[in-house]
Amino acid sequence: MSIDKDTAARVAKLARIKVEEDALPALAQEFNTILGFIEQLNEVDVEGVEPMTSVTPMRLKRREDVVTDGNQQDKILSNAPDAREGFFAVPKVVE
Amino acid sequence: MSDLNKLGLAEARDKLRAKEVTSVELTQACLDAIEGAGALNAFVHNTPDLALEQAKAADARIAQGDAPNMCGLPLGIKDLFCTKGVPSQAASGILEGFVPEYESTITQNLFDAGAVMLGKLNMDEFAMGSSNETSVYGNAVSPWRRGNEDTPLTPGGSSGGSASAVAADLCLAATGTDTGGSIRQPAAFTGITGIKPTYGRCSRWGVVAFASSLDQAGPMTKNVRDAAIMLETMCSHDPKDSTSADIPVPNFEAMLTGDIRGKKIGIPKEYHMDGMPAEIDALWAEGRDMLKAAGAEIVDISLPHTKYALPAYYVIAPAEASSNLARYDGVRYGHRATLAAGDGITEMYEKTRAEGFGHEVQRRVMVGTYVLSAGFYDAYYNRARKVRALIKKDFDDVFAAGIDAILTPATPSAAFGLGEMTDEDPVKMYLNDVFTVTVNLAGLPGIAVPTGLDAQGLPLGLQLIGRPWEEGDLLNTAYALEQAAGFVAKPAKWW
Repeated sequence: MSIDKDTAARVAKLARIKVEEDALPALAQEFNTILGFIEQLNEVDVEGVEPMTSVTPMRLKRREDVVTDGNQQDKILSNAPDAREGFFAVPKVVE
Repeated sequence: MSDLNKLGLAEARDKLRAKEVTSVELTQACLDAIEGAGALNAFVHNTPDLALEQAKAADARIAQGDAPNMCGLPLGIKDLFCTKGVPSQAASGILEGFVPEYESTITQNLFDAGAVMLGKLNMDEFAMGSSNETSVYGNAVSPWRRGNEDTPLTPGGSSGGSASAVAADLCLAATGTDTGGSIRQPAAFTGITGIKPTYGRCSRWGVVAFASSLDQAGPMTKNVRDAAIMLETMCSHDPKDSTSADIPVPNFEAMLTGDIRGKKIGIPKEYHMDGMPAEIDALWAEGRDMLKAAGAEIVDISLPHTKYALPAYYVIAPAEASSNLARYDGVRYGHRATLAAGDGITEMYEKTRAEGFGHEVQRRVMVGTYVLSAGFYDAYYNRARKVRALIKKDFDDVFAAGIDAILTPATPSAAFGLGEMTDEDPVKMYLNDVFTVTVNLAGLPGIAVPTGLDAQGLPLGLQLIGRPWEEGDLLNTAYALEQAAGFVAKPAKWW
């Protein structure tokens, strides 16, 4: 599997990271180096092996479905780059 | 009394209890040491006022006879931990200006026990790196140097600031975190002790997430006893972390007897790497002899899937990172790019993340995005998780056969110079974690202990890997190794 410039651009788009056109070939090359390294995994016989979901044999805990926290609007908004009237503000999404 | 900053946790605790020193004195000694150590770039957000306030409160507690183990002991805290009212940036530009409104469970545990925070410590951005060269704050520098050279060396990474600060006696101990070796590799590079506990021992709540199924915090200290003391305080069951283990935390320090007679120590043949420096091989052989002389039984073992640990890690960790780091979108906290006229929300995300994330973080997020994308999920991500299951089974099998702990080198070399790996391909840097990453994939406890110096006078460490949840036994084996090795070297002060 070799990653070309277009694939690199598509991955950057999926990751929502702006990559300038002239940086794409080098990025594709880096991906290829890393993926080449990862290819070794194809040597392993994984027939019948379940993918690991939890490294320790534990069940995820359940809790009562009740409100345990809240009423912290000021604290939640305190780090926002743009907060107005109790909301996070972002550029217009809907025309 | 001078040089109080050079004390370890146990020594300082005993002196505090004996009323020979005060926490304010200890704290001031560390603040003075930090003040004079700008060249190391270890502390990146200093909190001297908070530290002295906490120290006074600790002295009051000690005067009343209410002194838990960590009471009054000044620490450095890795920048990955969210600390209330104190900048917490994970060494990333994207969290510029972020000041948490809450305290991580681990720092809360430490503060509840009376510990003092001197400030936040440098690290690789989002803990992604092995040399502390990806930090938005610039490189942390090791206090160690090669012989008489003045080439600046890496303290390792990602907990490079923690390692540098502890090795240079800027604090008594520090917190670290370890996703693929980020406590143990820098500990080995700087001649200190670092333990990553079993996955689930330390709460991840309030610790900026990198790869959630691998991340664990732990202490970085001047000796094994200090690691035992600080680890006990850091560990707790935390309902706010769904993977936090609900099992009792023992008194680890009380388990340090130094008696390892009859313990079975495994030596995995797959950790003999081609091209490994002779010094590392010799160090490993010496460690084996020391444990044998202390009465342990040395057993040759095999962990057949070792070779595949790094490639599996470089699928799983970026995959989880790409998901975890999706939250940095310029909306709720941190940096937001300045937008051009007509830019919409997608441009805001893309520009914010391009400006806020450094190169290595961008690369890993994109690799993670790729291996999780439609058509590749099975070929990469699911295959890596299957290989991970096999790696864990390798360990399960040797433990089932009666092995108590496994001895390996901690790193494939001594510390390298800052910038020396810049022109190498990224995989070369990843190889730093070759001996440590298996432990994260299997969720096991691992500890790095300094046991020798290389020909250039740089520290080298060995790693011991323990059974899950048996940190006490692991620490005791490490204690026996420490006693036998008698490592006392310190870097000569040049900063």
